[in-house]
Amino acid sequence: MIKKISLTVLMVFLVSNLSFAEEAPLLAKDPELEERVKAISVELRCLVCQNQTIADSNAGLAIDLKNQVRDMLRQGMNEHQIKDFMVERYGDFVLYDPPVKGTTMVLWIGPLLMLILAFWMAVRIVRRRSRGIDLPQSSEDAARARELLKD
Amino acid sequence: MTATRFLIPLFLFFGITVFLWKGLSLNPKEVPSPLIGKAAPEFTLPILNEFDARLSNSDMEGKVWLLNVFASWCGPCLVEHPILVNFAKTSDIPILGFNYKDKPQAAVQWLNRHGDPYERVVLDIDGRVGLDYGVYGVPETFLIDGRGIIRYKKIGPLTQADVSEDILPLIQELRQ
Repeated sequence: MIKKISLTVLMVFLVSNLSFAEEAPLLAKDPELEERVKAISVELRCLVCQNQTIADSNAGLAIDLKNQVRDMLRQGMNEHQIKDFMVERYGDFVLYDPPVKGTTMVLWIGPLLMLILAFWMAVRIVRRRSRGIDLPQSSEDAARARELLKD
Repeated sequence: MTATRFLIPLFLFFGITVFLWKGLSLNPKEVPSPLIGKAAPEFTLPILNEFDARLSNSDMEGKVWLLNVFASWCGPCLVEHPILVNFAKTSDIPILGFNYKDKPQAAVQWLNRHGDPYERVVLDIDGRVGLDYGVYGVPETFLIDGRGIIRYKKIGPLTQADVSEDILPLIQELRQ
């Protein structure tokens, strides 16, 4: 019981801590601009801390890139132009959603192919099994069994 | 027929194993640079220890040269530094130091202590030019040819093997 309570307290503490961490660095001079910076930042990968977006990260590079996004938005560039700018420098890896092209085909259609394959195999197995139930009846053993069961 | 059918899962297993094994042995920190084969991004930056002087990448035109991104705060830079110092002694290829997000004073002290392999050092104090070069893990090293095209990029500390197996043969090739 005590364990549970202390765990809950710990959780609450952690969660509230997290929300603080998010609020602190917001330089909300222009909330609308910050909103757009954030919208783009969550789709860009921080290359220093690879499984984080630059929106989540406080690494030096992530901060630089966020500033870059902010500057470019101020200059009137759109999301597409900003992403192109990043890809030109850091490659497709900087995008959280990889673009659809030859080298990324496996990523996009691989899971679908696996699903189709699995479905096809399942259908085959189920069919074979349902056929398999009748199978012994035609064999010699089954005939003998039927003979024995007659009386 | 049935024999080969039973072998299919085995082959699938081996196929997937090879695929995943290869994936495990790749270094996720080495992101292939989209800059290779493209013109080195333009820059004009102040030069360390030269008051009011600026250097631009076009000043290097006609030469094959190395651009080495370093900083005094960067630990792995110390690992590759002796290799660069040695390279500078044994080769006539100029190395341009690219001091990334550093304090000039700290860079001077660092070079005094560890040796200075650079022909010159340019200062990218706010990291803006570094961004154009896609710098994200200092040290980084670029080999740029006489027409200003990036031919090679290494992220992380250079090793002797990088120099002798990749950089020197490439320089040989570019000079022909």
